[in-house]
Amino acid sequence: MDRYIFLVIVISTIITFFLRAFPFLFFNEQRKMPAWLDRLGQRLPASIMAILIIYCLKDLKTSFLPLGIPSFIAIIVVVMTYHIKRNTLLSITLSTLTYMILLNLF
Amino acid sequence: MLDKKIIKTAFKKSIPIMCSYLFIAFAYGLMMKKAGFAWYVAFFISFFVYTGAFQFVLIPFLTSHVSLLTLAITALLMNSRQTFYSLTFIHDFKKMGIKKWYMIHTLTDETYAVNCTLDEDNKDAVMFYVALFSRIYWLFGTIVGSVAGSLIPIDLKGIDFCMTALFVIIFMDQWTQTKDHFPALSGVIIAFICLLIFSSQQFMLPSLIIVSLLLLLNQGKETKNG
Repeated sequence: MDRYIFLVIVISTIITFFLRAFPFLFFNEQRKMPAWLDRLGQRLPASIMAILIIYCLKDLKTSFLPLGIPSFIAIIVVVMTYHIKRNTLLSITLSTLTYMILLNLF
Repeated sequence: MLDKKIIKTAFKKSIPIMCSYLFIAFAYGLMMKKAGFAWYVAFFISFFVYTGAFQFVLIPFLTSHVSLLTLAITALLMNSRQTFYSLTFIHDFKKMGIKKWYMIHTLTDETYAVNCTLDEDNKDAVMFYVALFSRIYWLFGTIVGSVAGSLIPIDLKGIDFCMTALFVIIFMDQWTQTKDHFPALSGVIIAFICLLIFSSQQFMLPSLIIVSLLLLLNQGKETKNG
């Protein structure tokens, strides 16, 4: 492993860890997190989940057809089965299988 | 006995991450091998950096020897979303003592999503094992991909959809748990608009910043009304 690879790993590690740790380093017992930021942290998950779903579908931006059809149908499968059964693993298995099969068809 | 139950819960919660991580890390290891890197380089990166999308971006960076400044800026931009994730768990992690640093290091899109679904019973311990399992999947996938990648012929194209499915399910759960749909709706709309404006690799950070600002504005209104 040469020096360049070593430096790339060190720099990436430090930056990634720092970004994850930032709120923890910034706020402590002396400097409490303000209430508005605390509230933001509690409300963000719903927004983040929406953004992550769009992130998973981001490739449809460039080629909706034919890629869009399997994703679209598989998402309907998750929503329908989860709405009826409320069983996480069942919905994940059914929709992922649907997606994989459709991907081979289109 | 109690520990066994916690580990079992954590494992069950981590199954969607398993499908996704084994597959994606395998692809990562394989690509590193094809780019001409030894398996331990892929392993070290998966071990220390541990962040999905950015590790893939690192491959062409390493082969083309980009400047360390470009590398640093890309890492900052691609991974700043993690700062937003930490905000949600700042109280939970702080309670965990020395394990806190491990939890911070292992916070990814996927573990964040799963942690959002946990109820209060032994939450700390379950979160810890979810993080540990996820990391093991990621490292295992990386090693298999970079050592024996080309020897495994099975076609698992599309298996990564399990993560999309999990995000949709968590979204539905969160939707039914609250009457405050502003965060969910603004997330969908802003992410969609940002995806149209920015490239698909870059839209997440602007989405998070705009959504956070919107939530803060909306929060101000809430407290005034209430």
